[in-house]
Amino acid sequence: MSNADLAEMVRPDRALTPLYTDADIFTEEMERIFKNTWVWVAHSSDIASPNSFKTSHVGLEQVIVTRDKEGKIHTLLNRCRHRAASVCEKRQGKASVFVCPYHGWSYEPNGRLRKVPHKAGYPAEFDSVEYGLVSLRTEEYNGLIFATFKQDIEPLVDYLGPARKWIDLFMKQGGGYPVKALGEHRFRFPGNWKIQLENTTDAYHFPIVHKTFLDSLDAESENVFDVLGQGGWVEDLGNGHSVMVMIPDLIDLEENLDAPIPQRFMDLAKELAEEGYPDDQVRKIVRAVGGAGFNLNLFPNVACSMAFFRVLRPIKVDETEITHVAIGMDGGPAAANRMRLRLHEHFQGPMGFGTPDDAEGWERVQRGARSGQDLWIMLNRGVDAPEGCAEPGHNAGDVSAETGMRAAYQMWKRMMTA
Amino acid sequence: MTIMMDPDIASIDVPTLAEATAFIWAEADMLDRLDYKQWLPLWTENGRYIIPTERGIDDYDDRLNIVNDNAEMRAARVKRLLSGFSMSSAPPARTVRTVSRFVQLADDGGLTLRAAQIVAEYKYERMRILAADVVYRIVREDDGLKIDRKVVTLVNCDDYQHGIGYLL
Ligand code: FES
Ligand SMILES: [Fe+2]
Repeated sequence: MSNADLAEMVRPDRALTPLYTDADIFTEEMERIFKNTWVWVAHSSDIASPNSFKTSHVGLEQVIVTRDKEGKIHTLLNRCRHRAASVCEKRQGKASVFVCPYHGWSYEPNGRLRKVPHKAGYPAEFDSVEYGLVSLRTEEYNGLIFATFKQDIEPLVDYLGPARKWIDLFMKQGGGYPVKALGEHRFRFPGNWKIQLENTTDAYHFPIVHKTFLDSLDAESENVFDVLGQGGWVEDLGNGHSVMVMIPDLIDLEENLDAPIPQRFMDLAKELAEEGYPDDQVRKIVRAVGGAGFNLNLFPNVACSMAFFRVLRPIKVDETEITHVAIGMDGGPAAANRMRLRLHEHFQGPMGFGTPDDAEGWERVQRGARSGQDLWIMLNRGVDAPEGCAEPGHNAGDVSAETGMRAAYQMWKRMMTA
Repeated sequence: MTIMMDPDIASIDVPTLAEATAFIWAEADMLDRLDYKQWLPLWTENGRYIIPTERGIDDYDDRLNIVNDNAEMRAARVKRLLSGFSMSSAPPARTVRTVSRFVQLADDGGLTLRAAQIVAEYKYERMRILAADVVYRIVREDDGLKIDRKVVTLVNCDDYQHGIGYLL
């Protein structure tokens, strides 16, 4: 498919259906997007100590994210340089060496080839230095670790640009403690990855798809989750990133600490007070425990979504894996982290009150998109953002505007036709 | 005047294996038929319904689970599944399940059992199999046997699932 053909498939306010269904486009996306930009691979708390690791993916490529004994982070292709066996099949753990199970080549956490058994069988000029695990460029911003195959790409901080402000705000839900990954829900849906990418900036579906979640809340919380009715907005942050603010009152979790404690957090506040936490700290923790009032969508594969990280992993043109990472307060009160876990379970995961309905909706999109390859996916929804909300100069729309999706598809077009 | 129940006397009334398995089969049948209203009163007041994301653990409250329900959450879950407004459960996948390979574990006033559960689910042209180890604690109350604990550990609980719009 030529660049001109691809360019024609994305217009400012719409995208053509084969973007969900064409296997050749998917193959091109894996090359031109996922091997060409910063892709989220781990949270720093996943590899908190020296010689710890976590396996992850950059598009279709399997990687090991490691912290070496000096504390430096590496992202290594999970493929032996001898005859290709995977060198690590654990999800997470500690290792000071990765030994390939096939012929025993061993690698250090920084990727260097340490030892080759029966080395005498190789010619004298065999140079171990040439056979380290393939190492991706890796950078971190405020706990978020990204890797890229593109060695000469701009620094991560530049790629994130104005999104950094929102990452910093998001991390305030540590309530004064560092943010820590507490566990993961993984699930797959039979649909294209961009359906999920869109969804993180889709407030429009919330009252309909998540009606049963809303019905399960107390009246006060139900008002908090009235996401269309609080003067929120969607803002294009450049490079395909966007933020959707649903609950403006919960943008900065360190503000408004004198406000009355919501009903559903009363018991927790009481418990923390009884444990001896001073009032100002109780208020800070309790305000942080429910998460932030916005979704930050980072192109192409991660979102900081209210109270968790949502990571997408393309599998096939019509299959996507989603990981919802529950997060909490590293070293914070156990009662607060327990509450965060129960809140996460309430909405997220394969049997949460929200996720299965999202997954079903996305599957229905993919099923519908089998018909009408010549029809457009419409992304033209939106009116002006409320006055004075968005950063001057940023394109923005009201909370249910499809501004964030348009931003992502313009980035898609830029990368796919570069 | 209150009569204190002697725990030794209470334990005399532990359900037998035959009673417990018949009860568990009846529960399985109820779940396949989506008879969730009848299912709720099968539980003790403090009963816990847990579907973990890790194998080989016994502390569930400080970990992330797929389900960790007390009575209130179970009732909310049933309300949601029967509401007709949840697109993943209106209708849900059809299911047919068997529970078998019972092993008696403990008798501590109730009967704790380990069993295998195989669920076949069908929706949208496709069949999926969900296999799980299940641990039940069954106790006898005045109005019959009750589930005091049910932990459904999927064989692939630490890997990806698909949306599940019914009860396991
Ligand atoms: S494939 Fe790894 S040592 Fe041979
Ligand atoms: Fe949703």
